[in-house]
Amino acid sequence: MQDVIILGCGVIGAACAYTLSRYDVSVTVLEKSNDVANGTTKANSAIVHAGYDPRPGTAIARLNVEGNRMMEDLCRRLDVPFKRIGSHVLAFSEADLSHLQVLYERGVKNGVPDLRILTGEEARLMEPNLSEAVVGSLYAPTAGIVSPWELTLAMAEVAVRNGVELILEAPTTAIRQEEDGTFTVTTPKGDFRAKTVLNATGVDAEAVCGLLGVHEFTLTPNRGEYYLLDKSEGTRVRSVIFQCPDENGKGVLVSPTVHGNLIVGPNAEAVSGADATENTAQGLSFVKKQAIRSVPTLSFRENIRNFAGVRANHAEDDFLIGESSTFPGFFHLAGIKSPGLTAAPAIAKEAAEYVASRTPLIPKAEFSDGRRVIRFKSLSEEEKRAVIARNPLYGRVICRCETVTEGEIVAALQSPIPPTTVNGVKRRVGAGMGRCQGGFCSPRVQEILARELGIPMEAIPLDQPGSNILTGRTKEEYR
Amino acid sequence: MKELTCIVCPRGCRLRIDETRDFLVMGNGCERGIDYAKAEITSPVRTLTSTVKIVGACHPRLPVKTNRPIPKKLLREAMTILNRITVHAPIRIGDVIVKNIAGSGADLTATRDM
Amino acid sequence: MKNCQLAIIGGGPAGLAAAVSAYQNGVRDILLLERDKSLGGILNQCIHNGFGLHYFKEELTGPEYAARFVAMLKETAVRVVSDTMVLDITDDRVIHAVNTDGYHTIRADSIILAMGCRERTRGAISIPGTRCAGILTAGAAQRFVNMEGYMVGKRIVILGSGDIGLIMSRRLSLEGAEVLACVEVMPHSSGLQRNIVQCLDDFGIPLYLSHTVTDIIGRDRVERVVIQKVDENRLPIPGTEIAFDCDTLLLSVGLIPENELSRQAGIRLDPRTNGPEVFENMETTIPGVFACGNVLHVHDLVDFVTREAQNAGKSAADYLLRDPMPATEAYRIEASDDISYTVPQKLHPAIPQKAVSVFFRVRRTFEKSHILVTDGETVLCAFSRERMAPGEMEQIYLPTALLRRAKGNTLYISCEEVSK
Repeated sequence: MQDVIILGCGVIGAACAYTLSRYDVSVTVLEKSNDVANGTTKANSAIVHAGYDPRPGTAIARLNVEGNRMMEDLCRRLDVPFKRIGSHVLAFSEADLSHLQVLYERGVKNGVPDLRILTGEEARLMEPNLSEAVVGSLYAPTAGIVSPWELTLAMAEVAVRNGVELILEAPTTAIRQEEDGTFTVTTPKGDFRAKTVLNATGVDAEAVCGLLGVHEFTLTPNRGEYYLLDKSEGTRVRSVIFQCPDENGKGVLVSPTVHGNLIVGPNAEAVSGADATENTAQGLSFVKKQAIRSVPTLSFRENIRNFAGVRANHAEDDFLIGESSTFPGFFHLAGIKSPGLTAAPAIAKEAAEYVASRTPLIPKAEFSDGRRVIRFKSLSEEEKRAVIARNPLYGRVICRCETVTEGEIVAALQSPIPPTTVNGVKRRVGAGMGRCQGGFCSPRVQEILARELGIPMEAIPLDQPGSNILTGRTKEEYR
Repeated sequence: MKELTCIVCPRGCRLRIDETRDFLVMGNGCERGIDYAKAEITSPVRTLTSTVKIVGACHPRLPVKTNRPIPKKLLREAMTILNRITVHAPIRIGDVIVKNIAGSGADLTATRDM
Repeated sequence: MKNCQLAIIGGGPAGLAAAVSAYQNGVRDILLLERDKSLGGILNQCIHNGFGLHYFKEELTGPEYAARFVAMLKETAVRVVSDTMVLDITDDRVIHAVNTDGYHTIRADSIILAMGCRERTRGAISIPGTRCAGILTAGAAQRFVNMEGYMVGKRIVILGSGDIGLIMSRRLSLEGAEVLACVEVMPHSSGLQRNIVQCLDDFGIPLYLSHTVTDIIGRDRVERVVIQKVDENRLPIPGTEIAFDCDTLLLSVGLIPENELSRQAGIRLDPRTNGPEVFENMETTIPGVFACGNVLHVHDLVDFVTREAQNAGKSAADYLLRDPMPATEAYRIEASDDISYTVPQKLHPAIPQKAVSVFFRVRRTFEKSHILVTDGETVLCAFSRERMAPGEMEQIYLPTALLRRAKGNTLYISCEEVSK
């Protein structure tokens, strides 16, 4: 019997786990996938929003601004890539200019610091590759970029190190409230019982809540498609470039990523559910067309990958955070659309306050915060010498595009949440994220995984179970 | 009249063969094209390249080839034979792995030291 | 690692031939750096035959071709350091490299770049659909099948009719997989004709020209691939969809020279080749730094790589031991619209050789035609060809004596079909 069960280990679930791991409470996290950060968390714009967008007075506005304030310190502690690069919302018309004014006023009410409205010339002085058609911008210096999956992984790792139990491949198949008010959650990995359940299952949150036999809210899954351009395009802009929202949605953004690439997207399209992450020709061509309005010189020839993520949009224009109206102890963390990534640390604080109302939260004496990762590429020459001398595996480069060494991959495999898939390794160390997209290194990553996990090469999946890369051996199957 | 692309060298000459005039070959860039065209019409041959299992080497497969082209119709049979073979390192380039594979008259030889 | 006279980056066919040639031309202190465990580069996985017809006048497999040069290298005193990755080259020729022995900075008097190329991926052509398992580049599949002995699929569609795609169609068929289609966006194949015959026709694999993959369906692994006919602008034509139930999509959609190190060193690259801009002696814009093989431009035959690498090796020897060529450009070579690029892009003044080799590729198929070299007014020389195709490199030898007759300092190369 646990004090708390967290359903889902995306950025919200992981933030809750990390926050609660400071206290003397027993926590189990149940994740449906074979890795953390494997849903909406890994496929979004990776922006830390300033907070001028949400309507004042909403939860979304409050949590966005607070999350933005918390993010830098959090990332420093957890050794997660984060850069405060600022953002521009571009105006192309008079109507857009008046919308910038609306956003500016909202931002001021929401407590966003240092907002400024710039002329087209001023904006182009800061971002020389902006279109000549830009007539103004709302500049928000507090906006930033982050690595969403590394943030999630870091929070989950520290939580696990401090005693939180993480169970992967454990989708919730049934939930019931016992007579004593506790909950039993059924998964293929067994039944789990806790006093309090936090539902952080993203796009699945409505269905998971439905397992209790109630319908308390409606989510409308919405897909966004992206281009990820090569590092040769990574400095095309220096800050996050948004467009004014119009009838087509929030507009397509162009932004550097913390890994040095350029991200372009998303569109917005209603889809059936969390699995609808395929790219479409129409979606991609829309993104391309819109992005070129902001930055006409973008070179899509330098594209290295397309992807799509599904947002857990909520029918009402706010996050849905609060206790179930029918089942006390069941807490919704639902409808966490953009800026959910930014708000995650603040959302977790609220979730912890809720838990505290049911179970006293006493700080642990021996809580061990923080995390350090060796990223060979970013070490100085002296540090590189030293780390190879300590462990020669840091001298063997596996991923040439991103300069990732065998030492880093083995370290990830020995971390609190070891990867079991090629994509899992990629999210942890960046192998296969570069311009050749794993063409050279993915077989070697597979070899290392097979060796360290003690399983055959053919058994290594790309991502989820069943996504094996190899179908067998030559000379054996076709005799 | 039959048309063929010559595969003797990368040039890929387009050959025309007149069966009614004792396999008269036209369009060939060199003498080898004539032989190729006649053989291709009467009994086509190919060099087979593949791998066999190897134990105790740096890789689990040893590359092999037939040391001369074999009749095209024997390719499958030759594959069936070599698929069942396991050799042990060390192997030298040119070592015969199977003599007279599938009765083709060609030997299967190693194409790499291992 | 100690400093050296000549450092060669890459131990594939280009690096091997360059090393042997530099040694034969008198350079004694040569260091060859290879990232893989063994020498030979991509040849080790190209177990098919067809290599060496020009150079050795016999038909060899890839490993056999590599073995000949490894044997020649063994006769020299070239130092080979394998399993070593070069991280950086500076413009004053300092090489930063790592291996399990440590971090090395090596000062070289001359460098030959021979890093080869990489495959274009799904991202480069933005194929819609899911991002499941079962989508890989033909070269990656080739390594799995030929060297490691793994099968990458059972029912396979191949996008791209370049040589690697064609060769893999045959390999996978022989190994028991079913290759359902080879799909090519252009109206012609970019591979060699002989490979279409012996890799597709022999196995009854249909070639869909002017088609491309427009959707990939499958949750965990590929379940279906949809292809569509394309119009003259390479845009899919609605209503022409053909679906294949398959578990694998192999991509053979082009190669890109790997020039991250060249770029870091500040070497000027030619956007047409994606490789360094070079003189006729393979010297880049940094004096003493040469380039050869697929890092310079993507070759169709390894035999040409060998010749080019020998040129680079000899030129490095000349640079180190004899008179370096001046860094001045006497002639620039301009290609007409029908030609996608030339290598070299420029010529030194006072070239000692009798003739210089110029490689180029045509953009479209040419029947019987002339290749003309002019100075803008006068035809300096002409070469005739029975046929030219984009998949095949063309090579001409420009007699240096002719250059003296050229007015101005630009040479124009063009092709024209001989009217029938």
